[in-house]
Amino acid sequence: MLKIEDLVVAYGGIEALKGISLEVEEGKIITLVGANGAGKSTTLRTVMGLVKPVSGRIFFQEKDLLAEKTHHLAQLQITLVPEGRRIFPKLTVMENLRIGAYCRRDEKEIKTDLEWVFSLFPILQERSWQLAGTLSGGEQQMLAVGRALMSRPRLLMMDEPSLGLAPLLVKEIFRIIKEINRQGVTILLIEQNANAALQIADRGYVMETGRIVLEGSGRELLANQEVKAAYLGKRRDQG
Amino acid sequence: MTLDLFLQHLSNGISLGSLYALIAIGYTMVYGVLRLINFAHGDIFMMATYFAFFGIVTFRIPWFITFPLVLVLTAALGMTVEAVAYRPIREAPKISILISAIGASFFLENLTIVLFGGVPKPFPAPTLFTDVVQVGTVAIQKLTFYIPIVTVLSLLALLYLINKTKTGMAMRAVSMDQETARVMGININHTIAFTFGLGSFLAAVGGIMWGMKFPQIQPLMGVIPGLKCFIAAVIGGIGNIGGAVIGGFILGIGEIMLVAFLPNLTGYRDAFAFVLLILILLSKPTGILGEKTAEKV
Repeated sequence: MLKIEDLVVAYGGIEALKGISLEVEEGKIITLVGANGAGKSTTLRTVMGLVKPVSGRIFFQEKDLLAEKTHHLAQLQITLVPEGRRIFPKLTVMENLRIGAYCRRDEKEIKTDLEWVFSLFPILQERSWQLAGTLSGGEQQMLAVGRALMSRPRLLMMDEPSLGLAPLLVKEIFRIIKEINRQGVTILLIEQNANAALQIADRGYVMETGRIVLEGSGRELLANQEVKAAYLGKRRDQG
Repeated sequence: MTLDLFLQHLSNGISLGSLYALIAIGYTMVYGVLRLINFAHGDIFMMATYFAFFGIVTFRIPWFITFPLVLVLTAALGMTVEAVAYRPIREAPKISILISAIGASFFLENLTIVLFGGVPKPFPAPTLFTDVVQVGTVAIQKLTFYIPIVTVLSLLALLYLINKTKTGMAMRAVSMDQETARVMGININHTIAFTFGLGSFLAAVGGIMWGMKFPQIQPLMGVIPGLKCFIAAVIGGIGNIGGAVIGGFILGIGEIMLVAFLPNLTGYRDAFAFVLLILILLSKPTGILGEKTAEKV
């Protein structure tokens, strides 16, 4: 569905991505794990057209994404839950959800999706008239995910959705990601919480300083000694 | 001072304040989406009065056709200024855009001098608006009543547009976070252009009424009202539309009352706005309705 080939991205001469290739299959959960500065967010931002690459190609179902402007991607049903949530603080919860459906004209279907989002996140319905900035961190994260779902995405990219959330909420978010995927949305997930991410992922890529160093099914990577040592906080000898 | 006289001053203050409010909204809206003071705004306001002059005097188009035409032309001018002076350098450092804004302002002023001459021209106000009516013992121009009414109607329409429509929601989203707005599918170029168009439209509403109230137009007439309305926007809390309106009325009424109660200070009339600006910057730099947004991490 999404295919990235030899992508090189540089910020002022410093290469953040040194030629990565990866593929996201339709209907799957794919995860990119890696430490800070590995280039995970840059990858997503480049797919969204927010960063211009030096070279490489990105295809979404045979369509060249690098030729598309950011605001056209919502129409192609590609969306991003940005790092740090980035909800609109002075819009109400309802308006934030509505703006997720900005490109859509099918009012009836939008209402259906609104019900769907509320069924995933009942708290958002209770707070629909509140300004989004008054929500707690966890609620804001749910709103960011709900807002992305309102575009009825085929490809949903998420940048660290669990960051800064209490352990119980992290579990809840991952449960919901799985549920969203079960309903047919392809997911490209970035996480530092490698353990949780790999557990729900069909396929994972491990990134290190702008390169993909390992790839495999979620299960394989979870069992991999190097991954364990580097990201799961387990020493090699404990295996 | 008799009550009659006081009421006359008050009505003058309210109508002047209305005009300031209409222009101040343009500053505050553009600041809201771009964090930019559009210094050309006062000159866009000036151009509106020239458009009206040419429509009615030169082309002899009836006022009820000319005025709507002026609104549209001025909105287009505002959008042109954005496309030419601001859009190409939107990613540049703020100071470059600020300099470009000042350049755009000088350009419009001098273009007007070159094209239309520096000699003041009489504004062709329809007598329908400038007729004087007797209220009790005081004589007041009909215009003095029309101005606040038109202002309130424009404001209500603006608030509806910004708070209740999809376009307005996009404007508010762009003002908070351009990048995320783009991810949501909002074309921020269109939204920003629309914001300039809307601000210039309101400046034209103000400009037409200004021309009828002070019926002499010249190329530099936008400078002082422009500065004052910028100050009005700062006093109210820049970025906040309600604040711009409040700031406009404070300035307008304050200025008229200053002259009314302290005739000795008439020469300092224009200084009033600047003194008020200094006071507000010292006591509440974010303005009356301005607030610092606390970010949740």
